[in-house]
Amino acid sequence: MAHCHDSNVNIKIKDGEKKLVLVGNPNVGKSVFFNKLTGLYVDVSNFPGTTVDISYGRYKDYVVIDTPGVYGVSSFNEEETVARDVILFGDVILNVVDAVHLDRDLFLTKQLIDMGKPMLVALNLMDDVKRNGLSIDIAKLEQLLGVPVIPTTAIKAEGLDLVLNSIAKARVGNRNSDLTKKINEFIDKVDNEAEALLVLEDDETVAERHNVHTSGLRDEIYIARRKEVEEIISKSVIESNKGASFRTKIGRWMLRPITGIPMLAVTLYIMYKIIGVFVAGTVVGITEETIMEGMYRPFIEGIAGNFVAQGTFIGDLLIGEFGILTMAPIYILGLLLPLIVGFYILMAVLEDSGYLPRIAALVDRSLTSLGLNGKAIIPLILGFGCVTMATMTTRILGTKREKIIATFLLGLAIPCSAQLGVIAGLISQLGAYYTIVYVLTILAVFIVAGTLLNKFMPGESSKLLIDLPPIRLPQLKNVLMKTAQKTWMFLKEATPLFLLGAFLISVMQYTNILTAIQNAVAPITVGLLDLPKETATAFIMGIIRRDFGAAGLTSVSMTQIQTMVSLIVMTLFVPCIAAIMVIFKERGYKDALIIWLGSFVVAFGVGGIVAFIF
Amino acid sequence: MTLDKAKKGSRVMIKNINDKDIKSQAIRIGLYEGAVFMCSEKLPGGPVILQSKLQEIAIGRGLAANIDIEGVR
Repeated sequence: MAHCHDSNVNIKIKDGEKKLVLVGNPNVGKSVFFNKLTGLYVDVSNFPGTTVDISYGRYKDYVVIDTPGVYGVSSFNEEETVARDVILFGDVILNVVDAVHLDRDLFLTKQLIDMGKPMLVALNLMDDVKRNGLSIDIAKLEQLLGVPVIPTTAIKAEGLDLVLNSIAKARVGNRNSDLTKKINEFIDKVDNEAEALLVLEDDETVAERHNVHTSGLRDEIYIARRKEVEEIISKSVIESNKGASFRTKIGRWMLRPITGIPMLAVTLYIMYKIIGVFVAGTVVGITEETIMEGMYRPFIEGIAGNFVAQGTFIGDLLIGEFGILTMAPIYILGLLLPLIVGFYILMAVLEDSGYLPRIAALVDRSLTSLGLNGKAIIPLILGFGCVTMATMTTRILGTKREKIIATFLLGLAIPCSAQLGVIAGLISQLGAYYTIVYVLTILAVFIVAGTLLNKFMPGESSKLLIDLPPIRLPQLKNVLMKTAQKTWMFLKEATPLFLLGAFLISVMQYTNILTAIQNAVAPITVGLLDLPKETATAFIMGIIRRDFGAAGLTSVSMTQIQTMVSLIVMTLFVPCIAAIMVIFKERGYKDALIIWLGSFVVAFGVGGIVAFIF
Repeated sequence: MTLDKAKKGSRVMIKNINDKDIKSQAIRIGLYEGAVFMCSEKLPGGPVILQSKLQEIAIGRGLAANIDIEGVR
């Protein structure tokens, strides 16, 4: 009963072309190989029914297809599902492996070998091996795996040509003989050995496609494979432990609260100095003020002015206050881009050094009470840069429950960098007392909201289970490449949202809906929050760009208490329009609406309570 | 005994992982029945850290409470 199920991967293959699939764990440098193979001509196609894009290009007679980084082939998450289908689609597999993390990466390698497709292994990051006190017997590893193993340092272009020349030598590796027997018993019911393996490993999707039952053998097969991996490592890797003890010690200090908390505090302070002061101040001053406002705006207004007049609908839409050609690019390129790049660089440093997973372990206990686990620290930190970017990052969280909690907390209580700058300016007029009240209020809302969500949301959040790689010195080139990749992804995903946002706001302004909303909100701000009527305008502007809103408050004369209340509402209030759209895109229409309305209610509710108390 | 009760510095053998959702992922990174680790660190109320050679794994307290272990010499 064989069926044809190639339809999930919609890539056109010409006659005589072979499909070469790149597979590897996350962050092993796979993209360098992909770029080397395909050159500049790369297509990207969205994988149906997912948020995952796959890139593909051509090299000689091969169609080269990239896959998302995964730790194994199954259906534990969207990335794995996509990787699985692309691998099933492929003819030859190039498996990129982190030589320093063989104990983590070889599970995937062995699983791929068990699938029975011709493959070869690029043993990447070789330059790190020595520095970490390791040595690898490559001939032995090649013999044990049964496929070509080519040592590479992709980032320095070492070994890349050899990999390219070895693709033709790809072969089926040493498969587990017990498994092969089972696969052969099963092979008639599916299309090929790879599918048979996946069904044996309890992959429900593949089983369903062929109307067969899973075998319930997954754990058994996984344990046997894991033992094989350990044996291969014990035979081919020698740890000299040179220099390892000091790194182990640093790793421990990062984990133990008594040393870990001060280290984290210092790290966050340095991050604040770099991003909050240097990037947000100096760099953005140049990119937003000098370049975008000073040079780009007059330039684009001059060009567009030849065709449309400001004040007309089309004119406003393109080059007006919230224009698609003015506000949107100035905001994205002038303000957001430097901040995003700054954040991604620092996160890449934390990740590559091995510090990030240790931070996750350190904060795990605190986040557990909010219904999250330690991993959620990553989107929460990113939120201080840009809530839109952080909301996209909630994809790394294990369950839908955690994604909703994290998204809500991000939208509610984490002020993004655009907003922080203006908040900081207003707060300085407040004095110490009200500043403390403000900070404590936001912190309390964060903790109470998380705790309540954890208590009342059905289901259970996933528990922390994380690999702590050895501490190592991050490599600049690696960090920059990762940053470039992530920044590009962000721009690609977020730009349409910002453009759509600018469009909607322009329409709302032109049709006077904006004023109507401001008037509708005014009774709440005056009656409940005891604030001047004009603050309603500032709140609504805050939806367009959070910093607009906060800046709008500067022009309204208020008492210290009023300023504090309006800052609290402003911070808790719904995030900017791009973040709202990302919430809708990521969480779906129903959950997003609840999150959105929820943050409205909390913002005005808390503001009202604070206004009432003081 | 469960893993959350393990003493820092003790050697433990994993007997059973009573968490269906995470079991397969745990095996992938080396946490399976029969594997031997040293409990190298325990964060107060937080994760348990297991070590085997250069590899270290952090396991949330809630998950650790669902993992049966046995002390080994």
